[in-house]
Amino acid sequence: MSQSFDKLLDARGLNCPMPLVNARKEAGNLEPGQVLKIIATDRGSVADFQGWAKIAKDVELVGQDTESVDGADVFVHYIKRTS
Amino acid sequence: MGTSFDTRAGADSSRVQALEDKVQELSKRLQNLEERTPEDRVAIVVFSGDLDRVLAAFIIATGAAAMGQQVSMFFTFWGLSVLKKGTEFSGKTLFQKMMALMSPASSLNLPVSKMNYFGAGAKMLRSMMKEKNVTSLEDMIALARELGVRAIACEMSRDVMGIKQSELAEGLESGGVASFLADSLKSRTSLFI
Repeated sequence: MSQSFDKLLDARGLNCPMPLVNARKEAGNLEPGQVLKIIATDRGSVADFQGWAKIAKDVELVGQDTESVDGADVFVHYIKRTS
Repeated sequence: MGTSFDTRAGADSSRVQALEDKVQELSKRLQNLEERTPEDRVAIVVFSGDLDRVLAAFIIATGAAAMGQQVSMFFTFWGLSVLKKGTEFSGKTLFQKMMALMSPASSLNLPVSKMNYFGAGAKMLRSMMKEKNVTSLEDMIALARELGVRAIACEMSRDVMGIKQSELAEGLESGGVASFLADSLKSRTSLFI
């Protein structure tokens, strides 16, 4: 099952805390209900995005996955703007 | 009460009165509690001027800001070096000049807390970070500003160490222990680094 999304953020090669910081900036441009897909190589981003979604009032983590992009494993996160 | 002469209306009105008193008391207690509830804030004291520790402080600060927290960083003693844009010697006492000579002129000159070896360790750490594509301290500082992280320079330690306002970066607030406590008492997390 693949999650649909409205915007894509490529955070590959970036390390903590940059995937989160860039996703926050990008999430600010979303309309409520829209979904941002983030692809990252930082292993820590999996727990980071869960933590963010847990305390943030305006976003929700609607899915996480691993994918293979250009032959490398990447971590995929789907963040939905809720308000 | 309890006698057969006790009218029903009288009993009701005293019960209503008791309930009203109770509601008033509870709303007062709720208000007191609300005033003490922590807000979505993080307060960080940056006491250290070590590159590794300061990096940790800024990673937490930018991460917290990205997560929607209001972040305040209080720079004191060795931490003030992070905010310096250069060193001036004029108008300082002998000890203050010595202090200025021996402390980093800006964030670029910070030592590491272990294995510094006269700055070689710091250079090594920076190049290792670059290799791993970790954001540099200077970019992290700029990022913190962009994310609205407040930076407060401790007035007392700045004065003791003889660091002039003109040696520090622009756009800082200055304050003392009360301005830190006003923030930390309202914060969910307070750190001393």
